Amino acid sequence: MTTTENGAQTPAETAAAPPDPNAVSLTINGRRVTARKGDLVIAAAQRVGEYIPRFCYHERMASVGMCRMCLVDIDTGRGPALQISCMATVAPDMVVNTQSPAALKAQEGIVELLLANHPLDCPVCDKGGECPLQDQSFSHGPGESRYIEEKRHFEKPIAISDLVLLDRERCILCDRCTRFADEVAGDALIHFISRGNDTQVMTFPDEPFSSYFSGNTVQICPVGALTATSYRFKARPWDLDQSESTCTTCSVGCRTVVQSSHDQLLRYQGVDSDPVNWSWLCDRGRFNFEAVNSDERLGAPLVRVDDELQPTSWNAALARAAELISEAKAAAGPGSIAVLGGARGTNEDAYAWARLAKDVIGTPHVYPQMGDGALINLLGFDRATIDEAANAPTIILIAPDLKEELPVLYLRLRDAAQKRRSRIIEFAQKRSGLSGQAWRTIEYEAGNITHAINAAANDPAIATQIAKGNVVVVAGRANLAEHPREVTNGVVAALQLAPGAKVLPALRRGNIVGAIEMGLTPEEGGMQALEIAKAAAAGNIECLVLLGCDPLADFPDTDLARRMMAGAPRIIAIDTFLTKSSSPADVVLAAAAYGEKSGTTTNIEGRVQTVCEKVTPRGTSRPDWMIAVELAELLGGDLGVTSVDDLTNAIAANIDGFGGATVAALRAARDGIVCKSSLPAATARVVEIDVRNSYDYRLVVSRKLYDNAVGTAKSPSLAHLAVGSHLHLHPLDVERVGSADGADVKVTSKRASMVFKVVADETVVRGSAWVPFNQPGPSIGELIDSSDVVTDVRVESF
Amino acid sequence: MNGTTYPHAPGFVAGDRPRIVTSRFEYADSHTLDRYLATDGYKGLQAALAKSAVDVHNDVKSATVLGRGGAGFPAGVKWGLTPQAVWPRYLVVNGDESEPGTYKDRLLMELDPHQLIEGCLIACYAAGLSQCFLYIRGEMAFAQERVATALNEAYAAGYIGKNVLGTDFSVDIVLHWGAGAYVVGEETALIESLEGNRGMPRQKPPYFPAAIGLYGKPTIVNNVETLANLPWLMVNGVEAYTAIGTPTSPGTRMVAVSGHVKRPGVYEIVNGTTTFRELLYDEEFCGGIRDDNMLKAFVPGGGSAPWFVPDQLDLPFENKLVSAAGSMLGSGAVIVMDDTTDIPAAALTLTRFYAHESCGKCVPCREGGTWLERIMRRIVDGHGTPRDLDQLIEVGETICPGDFPHAASERLGLDAVPFPYKMTTICFVGPSAYAPVHSALTLFRDEFEAKIVQRNLIPVSIPVSIPVSIPASVGATDDHH
Repeated sequence: MTTTENGAQTPAETAAAPPDPNAVSLTINGRRVTARKGDLVIAAAQRVGEYIPRFCYHERMASVGMCRMCLVDIDTGRGPALQISCMATVAPDMVVNTQSPAALKAQEGIVELLLANHPLDCPVCDKGGECPLQDQSFSHGPGESRYIEEKRHFEKPIAISDLVLLDRERCILCDRCTRFADEVAGDALIHFISRGNDTQVMTFPDEPFSSYFSGNTVQICPVGALTATSYRFKARPWDLDQSESTCTTCSVGCRTVVQSSHDQLLRYQGVDSDPVNWSWLCDRGRFNFEAVNSDERLGAPLVRVDDELQPTSWNAALARAAELISEAKAAAGPGSIAVLGGARGTNEDAYAWARLAKDVIGTPHVYPQMGDGALINLLGFDRATIDEAANAPTIILIAPDLKEELPVLYLRLRDAAQKRRSRIIEFAQKRSGLSGQAWRTIEYEAGNITHAINAAANDPAIATQIAKGNVVVVAGRANLAEHPREVTNGVVAALQLAPGAKVLPALRRGNIVGAIEMGLTPEEGGMQALEIAKAAAAGNIECLVLLGCDPLADFPDTDLARRMMAGAPRIIAIDTFLTKSSSPADVVLAAAAYGEKSGTTTNIEGRVQTVCEKVTPRGTSRPDWMIAVELAELLGGDLGVTSVDDLTNAIAANIDGFGGATVAALRAARDGIVCKSSLPAATARVVEIDVRNSYDYRLVVSRKLYDNAVGTAKSPSLAHLAVGSHLHLHPLDVERVGSADGADVKVTSKRASMVFKVVADETVVRGSAWVPFNQPGPSIGELIDSSDVVTDVRVESF
Repeated sequence: MNGTTYPHAPGFVAGDRPRIVTSRFEYADSHTLDRYLATDGYKGLQAALAKSAVDVHNDVKSATVLGRGGAGFPAGVKWGLTPQAVWPRYLVVNGDESEPGTYKDRLLMELDPHQLIEGCLIACYAAGLSQCFLYIRGEMAFAQERVATALNEAYAAGYIGKNVLGTDFSVDIVLHWGAGAYVVGEETALIESLEGNRGMPRQKPPYFPAAIGLYGKPTIVNNVETLANLPWLMVNGVEAYTAIGTPTSPGTRMVAVSGHVKRPGVYEIVNGTTTFRELLYDEEFCGGIRDDNMLKAFVPGGGSAPWFVPDQLDLPFENKLVSAAGSMLGSGAVIVMDDTTDIPAAALTLTRFYAHESCGKCVPCREGGTWLERIMRRIVDGHGTPRDLDQLIEVGETICPGDFPHAASERLGLDAVPFPYKMTTICFVGPSAYAPVHSALTLFRDEFEAKIVQRNLIPVSIPVSIPVSIPASVGATDDHH
C-alpha cells in the first residue's frame, strides 16, 4: 500500500497496483494474457481457460516431454514453430496458438500413434469414462485409425505390487508412474525396460513395487494401465457419487474425494490442496475405506447381559450407559469417571464429548491419547504450517519416522530437501525414511535428546546453517518406550539452539490436534493417560469411558493397560468395531465411521477442514457427537445443539483461536482455515538417567504404516502388509549377541522376558534395539514400563 | 595415384591430399606413446599451454574448426556458450559412433588414441573445463582397450592429472564404456547414460548441455574427430589450417565410404572442395562403382541423411551447399547404391535400424518408426497396397510436419527441398527412420509401385512381440480379460 509523505492515502495511488516484476505478458489464442515468470505455457494457457491436451505432463512433477501431445505453435519472434508447451516457459510477447492447423494436425497425429498399440478394450477397462486418453481422443483425435498392423501384445494384467496391477498393453509410456516413484516417492522400483516399440514399465526382477505411495500411480495413470486391486471392476465412473473430504487416517489432513456407489464407499482419490497434500495420498489412507465397508462393523449398540454382549436398542443402551455413569458418580463422585480417547473423530465429536465430560458429568479426567503421543502442550509452541516447514532453510527433526507415521508430510519434506530448499538436521534413535535426504543425521540413544541437541550446537557447520534463520522444528514421539516428556525436552533444547524457531507437531492420530483443542484434555487437577491407567489399576476409577480408543492395543505399557481394564468396574466403549478393549466393556455404543459422518477436523498445522458424510452409517450406528448429546440429556444436561453445524458454530464461538472457522467460512475456504492454538507452551524437565549397562540394549519402539490398527487390519488389501513383530538390531549387534538374522532371541526387561525373531537392520543405531509397535506377533508392550524414562533390554541368543 | 592401404589399419585408405588427423596411420605402432612423441606428439599441448587459454580459444575460433559429429557447429563457438561463473564444467567426448555407415572415429581411437587425448587436453585448457569424460561406444572393445592403454601411458608421463607438464593446469580424463544404444550418440542421451540413467535424450530447449548438462553443470560435448584436429592446429597454426579447404569449411574431414564402390574405406579428404564425384570415382579414393555399374543413389552423410542421386555428384563436401541441395553431411559417411539395388529393401533396412534403436521416450518415434517399418516390410514382402504409399507419407508427417527435404532430380523434374526438417520428436532418431523412406519414395516411387502391382497374394503372418517373462515374486492374477 502506498502512502503519501504525511501518511494519508491518495485515491490514485491506492488504485494503481505496483507493476509485478514477475509478470509476463503474452498472447494465447489471440488473447493478451498475463502469466508469471517461469510459468510453463501449458499451465499459463490452462489458467486463462485454454486447455492444451496432455498425457505425460503433471503439474506436481517435472516435465519430460514424452507424449508430445501438447505440441502447439509458439512464436517467439522467429515465426511460429511447433513446440511442446509443457517444457516451454512463457516469454514476453510470445504468441501461442493452440489451435493452428499445424498444432491440430500434430495433436491428431499423436493421438493416432498412441492408439496404434492401445487395445481399445474400454468397455472392460476401469478407466473408461474418466480416461484422459479416451477423452482426448474424442476431443483432439482424428476420429479413426489407419493402423491395420497387429497390436503389441503382453500378458495382462500382472501384479507389480500387492495393491497395484499393470496392464502393459494399455500403457502409453507417459513416464508418470515411473517419474512419481522416483521423483516424488523416492521408491524408484518401477522403470522402463526394453527399448523402442518394446518399451514397457516393469519392476526389477524379484522386487515388487512395494511403495507406501503406490496408489498415487493408479490415480495419475492417464490410461487404465495401472489399476488398484481394491477398485478393479467395482464400478464405472459414471455410477460413482463423490464428495470432497479430508482424510483422517493420520493428522496431516490430506484432501480427498470420497467416492461411493450404491451407498458403499468404493474409492478415495487425492485432491490437490496446495498447502497440504499436493494431490498425493499414502496407500493406507487411500485404501482403508475397506474397513468402513467391513462386515465386522458394529451395526447396533451392545449391552452386557449375563456376561455376554447382546445387541439392543439405542434407548436401552444409552439408558444403561447413563446408569453406569450415575452409579459411578454416586459411588465415588464425578472424579471417579475417566474419559480416554476421542482423537479419531471430528472436532464436533470431540467438542460434544468434552462438554459432556466436563460440564454434564463433571470429571476433570479426560485425555485424548493412549500414552503413545506427546505432552499436549507441544501444541503451545509457535506453530509452523506444513508450507513453512517445507520452505524453511533448516528443518530440525525430532520426530518418529515420518514416512511411517505421517507419509504425506514425509513427501513434502522430502521434496524440500530434494529441491534444495531445505536442509534437514535429523536427530534419530533409528535411521528413518528421511535419513537419506537429511543434511545431517545425528544418532542418539533414547533419553539423551537434550544432550544430543546441546552437543550439536557446538558443531560450527550446524550453527552456521541455523543462523540462516527461519528454522522449523518437526517434533513428535520417536520412541514409545521412552517417556513422552523427552519430546518436549527435545523441542525446548532445539529452541535454545535455534531461538525463534517454529514447531510443527508430528502427532499421528487423525484428529489428535482437534481433540486437544476442543478440550478433551484434563481440567485443573485432572489426570493424563498414564495416571488414569494407574488410578484405574488401583481401583480408583469407577467408570472408564473409551471414546473410540483401544488401550490394550495402543497403550505402550501393555501390562498397565490390562490392569487398568481389569480394575475399572464399569466400562463404556464407543467404537466402530469390537476391539480388544471394547469387548470387555459393559456397554458398546456403535459409532459411525469416516465417510459416514460430516464435520470438521484439525490437522497438525491447526488447519480446520471439512469431512463429509458420503454413505449412511452402518446399521443404527451414529456419530460420537450425537451419542454425547443424547447421553447428556439422559444425565440431566443439555449441550444445546441439534446438528453438526450447530456444533461447528459453537466451536467457533467458544474455542479460543477457532473463531474464524464458522460453517459459512469453511464452506468458502478452498484450503481450510488455519486456527491458532491458545495452549501455553510446554516447559522442559530433564531427568538424568542412568548410563546404559553395556550388556543391555536401549529399546526403541515405533510404529510402521501398516499395523494392527482397525483401519488396516479390517481392510483386506492392507491387512497382510503389516511386517510383524521382530526385534531389529544393527548387524554388528546381531553378531555381538551371538545370533544370526532370522534366529530366535530371548529379550528381557525388568517387566518380562519374551522370544522374538531377530532381524539384522542397518538402520538401527548400535546399542539400541528396535521393535515395531502393534504388529502381528509377540507384543513388545509387555516389556515396557511407561513410568520409566527409557527401557533397556537384555538380548540373549539361544 | 592409387590410394595406399596398410595391413595394420584395415579400412583406411591414404590418398595424396593433405592429411591432418590420419598422419600417423602409416605406422604400425601409431597407437603407442613412443611413436606419438616421435611424430610431434604432445607438442600441440605444449604450444597451447605456452599461450593463455583465451588465445588458444581464439585460435580455435578463427580456424573455424567445424564439429564432425553431425551438425557441423564450430567448436570454438560452442565452447564460448558455457556460463563462465559455474564450476565444475565438463568436457564429454562423444565416442559413441554408431550412425550407419560411419566408422571414422573408431579408427582415430584405435590407431591414434594419443592424438585424441591431446585434443581433449587442449580443449579443456582452452574452454576452462575441469574434467573430461571419454564415452566410447560399447561395441568398440578394441578402441576402448587402445584408449585405456594410452590414457595410462599419458597419466604416467604426466600429460594428464594434476599440474599438467608442470603448469597450474590440471585435468582428469575418465573413460566410460557405453552399453550399446545408437541413441546415445545424441549428446543429451549420452549425458543421461553417463549419469547412469537410461540413454534417453532430454528435451532441448529449455536446457542445452552447454548451460545445464552432465550432473546439471555446463558441459561441452565434442566429437572424437573434432578434438583430434586440435594438436595439429596448435603445432602448425591457424594459417596452415585454414590454408586447407575453403574459408567456411577449412581443414580436412574423414569420410567413411561403404556400399557398392570398388574400394570402400575411410578417407581423409579436403573439406569444402572435394566433390562426391572425386571421392567415388577417383583412383586415389574409391576408384568407381563396383563392376563399373551405374550409380543409382547415395547417402551423403550417414544413414539418417536424405539420399542423393547422380545429379548431386558434383557437389563438394560443404555443409551449406549440401543443405541447400536437400541433405546433410552429417557424420561423414557415404553409402553407395548401384543400379542393382532394390531401393525399397534398402530403405527398409535403414528404417528398421532406426525403429529398433528408438529409445521409446517420445511417441512419434516409438510408435511412428515401428509403423513405418511394418508398412515397408509389407511392401517389400509383396503384401503392400496402393494406399500404403500415402500412408507412409502421412505417418512421416506426424514425425516431421511440413515439407521434408529431398534432392533435386532431373529425371523426375523435381526441385530440391532444402535441409533441415521440422520435427515433433525430441531428437533425430524419429526423423531418421523417416528419411530413407521419404527419399526412396520421392526419388524411386516407381519401384514401390512395381512391388505393389506384383503383389504376393499369399498372406504371411506378421511377427508379434512375445510377452516378456515376469518376476517370480509378482505372479499374474487370474482375472485376464
